[in-house]
Amino acid sequence: MANPMVRTLLTRGVPLLLLYAVVLAGLNLGLIDDYLMATIATLCINIVLAVSLNLITGFTGQFSLGHAGFMAIGAYTTGLITIAVPTVPGFIAGLLAGGLLAALVGFLIGLPTLRLRGDYLAIATLGLAEIIRILLNNVEFTNGAAGLAGIPQMMDWNWFFILTVGSVLLIRNFLRSSHGRNAIAVREDEIAAESIGVDATRAKVLSFTVGAFFGGLAGGMYASYFYFIKPDTFGFLKSIDILVIVVLGGLGSLSGSVIAAVLLAAISTVLQQFTAVRMILYALLLVIIMVFRPQGLMGSREVSLRIVGRLFTRKPTEPDEPEATR
Amino acid sequence: MEQLAQQLINGLSLGSIYALIALGYTMVYGIIQLINFAHGEVYMVGAYVGYACMTFARLGFFESLLIAMVVCGALGVVIERVAYKPLRDSTRIAALITAIGVSLLLQYTMMAFVGADVRTYPALPDYLTASFHIGGVVISAQSLLIIGTSVLLMIALQFIVHRTRLGKAMRAVSMDADAARLMGINVDNTISFTFMLGSALAGAAGVLVGVYYNSINPLMGVLPGLKAFVAAVFGGIGIIPGALIGGYFIGAAETLVSGYFSSLYKDAVVFAILILVLIFRPAGLLGKNVREKV
Amino acid sequence: MTDILRVDMLTRHFGGLAAVSNVGLRLAEGELVGLIGPNGAGKTTVFNLLTGVYPPSAGTITFSRDGRELALGGRKPDVVCRAGIGRTFQNIRLFKDLTVLENVEIALQQNHRYSLAASFFRLPPFARTEALVREESMELLALMGLAKVAGEQARNLPYGDQRHLEIARALATRPTLLLLDEPAAGMNPAETAELTGLIARLRTEFGLTILLIEHDMSLVMKICERIYVLDHGVVIASGSPGEVRANPRVIEAYLGEEV
Repeated sequence: MANPMVRTLLTRGVPLLLLYAVVLAGLNLGLIDDYLMATIATLCINIVLAVSLNLITGFTGQFSLGHAGFMAIGAYTTGLITIAVPTVPGFIAGLLAGGLLAALVGFLIGLPTLRLRGDYLAIATLGLAEIIRILLNNVEFTNGAAGLAGIPQMMDWNWFFILTVGSVLLIRNFLRSSHGRNAIAVREDEIAAESIGVDATRAKVLSFTVGAFFGGLAGGMYASYFYFIKPDTFGFLKSIDILVIVVLGGLGSLSGSVIAAVLLAAISTVLQQFTAVRMILYALLLVIIMVFRPQGLMGSREVSLRIVGRLFTRKPTEPDEPEATR
Repeated sequence: MEQLAQQLINGLSLGSIYALIALGYTMVYGIIQLINFAHGEVYMVGAYVGYACMTFARLGFFESLLIAMVVCGALGVVIERVAYKPLRDSTRIAALITAIGVSLLLQYTMMAFVGADVRTYPALPDYLTASFHIGGVVISAQSLLIIGTSVLLMIALQFIVHRTRLGKAMRAVSMDADAARLMGINVDNTISFTFMLGSALAGAAGVLVGVYYNSINPLMGVLPGLKAFVAAVFGGIGIIPGALIGGYFIGAAETLVSGYFSSLYKDAVVFAILILVLIFRPAGLLGKNVREKV
Repeated sequence: MTDILRVDMLTRHFGGLAAVSNVGLRLAEGELVGLIGPNGAGKTTVFNLLTGVYPPSAGTITFSRDGRELALGGRKPDVVCRAGIGRTFQNIRLFKDLTVLENVEIALQQNHRYSLAASFFRLPPFARTEALVREESMELLALMGLAKVAGEQARNLPYGDQRHLEIARALATRPTLLLLDEPAAGMNPAETAELTGLIARLRTEFGLTILLIEHDMSLVMKICERIYVLDHGVVIASGSPGEVRANPRVIEAYLGEEV
C-alpha cells in the first residue's frame, strides 16, 4: 500500500466497480426491468446535471436558472448527429459536439452576463433557456414542437457508468485545482479575490463554460437513451428540478448533489403512485426543506467514497489529507 | 399606420396588465430584495376568484374585481408570513428556491381543485362589449375597461405610497430596514403590507386578463409572471414608475412582434430584450448603478 | 533612489461629493510611509483607487517595477495585483469558509499556473505545481506564526491571527509594494507592538515598499519614515513624523482627536 495512487484506486474504485457489477448482474439476470433501468438512467443524468450546476452555483456562487437550456443544446446536437451517423463513433462525436456547443453558448452568454449580481444573472440565464426552447420549438431542422424521434439508442449501463463517474471525477478534479480554487475564492469574496490577483471574470466564465459543457453532455445522454426529445422537456421546470437537487444536497457539496439525486429518484418513484398530489408534495417538500434546512442536507461538507472503501481495504488508513474543496 | 395604431391600442391593454403584475414584483423586491416567483401564481388565483364570483355567485365585474383583490391580498400576506418570513436572514438563494416552491405549490394545488382544463370567462354585460371605431382603428369597451381600471389602481397605489403613513413606512424600510426599525417602524407589518398591496394588484390583473383573453388555467401565471418580472427589470427593479414603463413597453413589444412578425417569437423577443437590458443597463431604465462598499 | 509609485492629481467623485481631490503621492523604493487623517478623510478611497476597486475620476497612478513604468489608473484590481501591489482590508476580507492554508494558496497560485487539461486529468504539471504552491504557502504561514493553524477555517481564527493571515495572503502575491489598511485596528497595545516589529521585519526580508493607513499613532510615529496627512480628500501635510506632528494644520484637522 505504499503507492498512494494504488490506494486511492482501491478505496474509491472498489465500491464503484461493485456498484457497476451489481447493476450489470441485475440486468443480465432480468432483475432490473426496463422501468427500473429508465429510473437508473434518469438518476445518472440528474447526477451529471446537478454536479455541473453545483459547479456554477454552489462553488462559483453564480446563480443559474437556465441549466435545462444547455441540456437542450446537448440533447438536440447529439440526437441530430447520431441520426445522421448511427454508429458508436457518431454517438461519441455527437456527445462531444453537444457538450462543446453548450459550452460555446455558455461562454458567449456568460461573458457579458456574469458581471451581473446574483439574481439578475438567474433571470438572464432563465431568459436564455426560454429563448433556446422557443427557437427549438419553431425551427424546422429540429422538427419543432412535435419533437425529434428515432434517435438511435446507444446509451446502455456501460455508457451511463463511464459518463457519470467520469463527469463527477473530472468536475471534482477541476474543483481541487487552482482553477477551481479561484472559482471558490470568487464565491467567498469577489473583491478580496481580485485583490490577490484572481481574474474574477475569467474564473466565473470558466466555471460557467465547464458547467455548460457537462450540462450539454447530460442532454446528449438523455437524447440517446430515451431516443425521443421535444423542446418542452427542457423547460423552466427542468431547470428548477436540477436546482432543487443541488440545493437539497447542499450548495458546494458534490457528494451532496449525488446523494440528493439518489434521494429524489427514490422519492419520485414512491410518489409515482399518487399522481394527483405528486407535484403538490414535491413543492411542499421543497418549501419545508428550505424553511427548516436552508443549507441543504450536506451544507458544503463532503463525504468520500473512502468511507465505503475502507470496508474493502482492511489496512487502517492514516488520517485523511485535508479535503481541499469546500 | 392604422395597423400600427391598432397594435399599440392592444399593446396598451396587455401592457396595463403586465404593469399591474410588475408593480407587485417591484415593491416586494424593493423591500426585501426577493424575486417573488409565486407572484405569477397569486395573479392566477385572482383570475380564478374572479371567475368563481362571476360564474357561480353571478356578481358583476367590479364586485368580482374587488373580491379577487381582497382574497389575493390576504393570500400574499399568508405566503409572506408562512414561507418567506422564516428565511429573512438566510441566503437569497434559499429564499428564491422557497419562492419557486410556493409557486409550484399554488399551481398544483389549484390544479387538484379545479382540474388542468382551460375555463372560459363568462361574457361581460353588453355595455362592456361595445366597440368604437375611430378611423380604421377599433377600440373595444373591454380594452378601455382594462386600461381604465389599471390606471385607477396605479393612481391609488401612488397615493398610498406617497401620501399615507404606511406608504412612508414602506419607503423607509426599502431604503434601510434597520434604520427604519430604530425609528420605531414595525418592519414586519410593513413588509406584510407591501405583499398585500402587490398581491391585490396581481389579483386585479388576474381578473383583467380573464376578461382580455377569455380563458384561464392553473399554469397561466408562469409566463405572464416572468414577463412582468422582465418589465420590472426593464424599468429598474424596486422603482414603482419603472414597473409601469416596463409593463407598457413589454406589452407594446409583444403585440408589435405578433402583428408584424410572428406570434411564435413574441416570448423569445421579450426574453431577448431582457438579456440586452441586463447586459447594457443592468440597473434598468430608471435605476442607478450602485457599487459595493469596500 | 527611484520612485516606485507616483500619484498625481488623483481625484474621485461620488455623485457630487469629491471623496479624494488632487492627491499627489511619491513613494521611493524601500520606503515605509504612513497615510493618516481623521475618519472620513478619504484614506481607504485612496487605497481603493490605487488598487483599481474604483476607477479614478481624474489623475494618474504610475507604478514602476524592474525599471518599467506602468500606468495603473482604471486598471482592474487583479491586474494591479499582478503588477506587484498587494493590499489588506480595513474590514478583514478573508475567505472565511476556506482553510488558512487555502487562503494563502489561492494568492500564491496566481504566479504558478498550469493548464485546464492538467487540472482535469491530473497531469504531471498539476502534482508538481500543487506541491510547490503548498510548500511555499506553508513557509509563508510559518513566517507569520500561523503554521499551526494551517488546517483551520479562517473564520475560527482569533482576530489578531486573521489580521496576520490577511498580511500573509497579500505577501503571497509576491508584491513589491504593500498597502496595509489599518493593520492594528482592534489590537491591544501588546499586539500592536508585536505587529510594529513584524511590519519592519517584513519590509527588510521581502524588500518591500509599504504604504499604511493607521489610526494608532504609536505605530505610525515609530516606524513610518514619512507621513502624508489627508483631510476632506486633500493632502494637507507631508513630511517626517516630527514635522507632521508639529504642523498646525494637522493639529487643527485632528482637533478633538488624539494626536
